[in-house]
Amino acid sequence: MMRLPAFAYHAPNSAREVVEILAGEGPSASIVAGGTDLFPNMKRRHQTPKTLVSLQDVDELRGVSWQSDGSLRIGPGEILRALERDADIGNRLPALVAAVRSISTPVLRNMGTIGGNLCLDTRCNYYNQNYEWRRAINFCLKCDGDTCWVAPGSKVCWAVNSSDTAPVMMALGAKLRLISPRGTREVDAQDFFQNDGIDYLAKKPDELLTDIEIPDQGKSRSVYLKLRRRDAFDFPVLGVAARIELDGEVVKNADIVINAVSPAPTRANASEKALIGKKMSDDVLAEAALLAYKPSKPLDNTDFEYAWRKKMVKVYVRRALEHIRSSFLI
Amino acid sequence: MTTPQATVRRKVQRTFTVNGDVEEVSFLPHKTLLEVLREDMHLTGTKHGCELGECGTCTVLMNGEPVLSCLVLGLACEGADIETVEGMAGPDGPHPLQKTFASIGAAQCGYCTPGFLLTAKALVEWNSNPDRETLKEELSGVLCRCTGYLQIFQAVEEACVEIRGEGETK
Ligand SMILES: Cc1cc2nc3c(=O)[nH]c(=O)nc-3n(C[C@H](O)[C@H](O)[C@H](O)COP(=O)(O)OP(=O)(O)OC[C@H]3O[C@@H](n4cnc5c(N)ncnc54)[C@H](O)[C@@H]3O)c2cc1C
Ligand code: FES
Ligand code: FES
Repeated sequence: MMRLPAFAYHAPNSAREVVEILAGEGPSASIVAGGTDLFPNMKRRHQTPKTLVSLQDVDELRGVSWQSDGSLRIGPGEILRALERDADIGNRLPALVAAVRSISTPVLRNMGTIGGNLCLDTRCNYYNQNYEWRRAINFCLKCDGDTCWVAPGSKVCWAVNSSDTAPVMMALGAKLRLISPRGTREVDAQDFFQNDGIDYLAKKPDELLTDIEIPDQGKSRSVYLKLRRRDAFDFPVLGVAARIELDGEVVKNADIVINAVSPAPTRANASEKALIGKKMSDDVLAEAALLAYKPSKPLDNTDFEYAWRKKMVKVYVRRALEHIRSSFLI
Repeated sequence: MTTPQATVRRKVQRTFTVNGDVEEVSFLPHKTLLEVLREDMHLTGTKHGCELGECGTCTVLMNGEPVLSCLVLGLACEGADIETVEGMAGPDGPHPLQKTFASIGAAQCGYCTPGFLLTAKALVEWNSNPDRETLKEELSGVLCRCTGYLQIFQAVEEACVEIRGEGETK
């Protein structure tokens, strides 16, 4: 048996109590929601929190509600299955539901939460291994060691962000609310992720994510496309989220976010710029795809050959834009 | 060198329902439901495979919904209603799914069977006429190394005929 390390356990009823316990215990405490990311990691001794604070009894962190301004509030403790079964979300935010449905398997989505998905630990072939495996290579920079085996000599860790919903939240302009003893603050999804495989979230250890707010999407259209080895279930080796708003036939706003190639989901700024003010012609889409491909730098730390993954950035960005273009015709 | 192990030795006591019986169970606080079922309650029908959420053989029903028992804490089960494969047969004999799994040969080594049976039971309770695509999707969290899945899908479809009350199964 691969057993969990020992821990003290708290299951409070309110967000306020969660924050109080976290503040009292310091950084050796960890929040656990569905546990589908944290528990495998604890079994492999990536994390050995002294205290676990479970969100299972915190009802105020669940639920979805549409606001009068057309925005959607999602409680981070909502399980992924509940979101994918919500017909309104499916109609109004199809890219989000596509991302949710692509996460792992129905039974895991029955346990895993949307908040846990946004706070997902970064992944790497040299990290997501059991303790004995990691010890045999003298561990790695991200955990217990001092060498990055993907880029020896590197001072930073290159483990990738593999969350399926993170790039969608960025493309849709979501805002996240965090609470701590210092009060409440709101961060754009854009600023929640950091391009460092070890320090991958702007969230501090004592902060609890309490609300996810997705603004009204107006007349824009969006899509999420995912590349993986097995279509039945697998982490993404490439995720592309895109959103386009048109003014007549001309692109007014463009959001393109690429994930699973670097420690943070990355906005394809040059592609977005190349689209704005243009009609979505084949040539314009091809140019935007090329501009996303050029700066992307997948490394040899996930499934598939990294040079091929880089090529796929071009293919998937073009496909995503073509998908949106045809959705405007319906 | 082996994985650093837990050092807590003091057990905790929790009450939850397992297969209809209210049970008071003592276990070490870092144990998963899988470990509690197998080691502390000696219910070894629930199998352990990857223990990391990848294979689904440890699936049990928690308040009627499938969960991976290798990723649920025993501590999180206080007051919950747990169903394992041991609880599937009723007073009138095996569950329709158990009958068709046996008659169609949906098991070879059988290691994945408890996970499939419980996942399928939860499915047929909300949809007793799933099409093949729905079945494939809903069962995709359980892996089978032997059968190639066809007999498993057939067994669920065949059991649904009996569950809908449309006739006797072989
Ligand atoms: C076999 C397998 C396949 C998977 N496939 C995919 C996949 O294809 N795509 C994908 O994106 N993910 C995948 N996952 C990862 C995981 O299951 C999901 O990301 C899930 O949504 C995580 O949610 P959770 O509630 O279980 O998180 P937990 O494990 O409970 O928590 C994860 C992290 O988030 C923190 N956290 C959780 N909630 C909060 C909160 N409200 N405030 C602050 N911090 C919080 C925790 O402290 C922890 O650090 C897979 C996992 C497994 C085991
Ligand atoms: S043993 Fe639980 S999923 Fe494999
Ligand atoms: S029958 Fe052997 S794993 Fe399914």
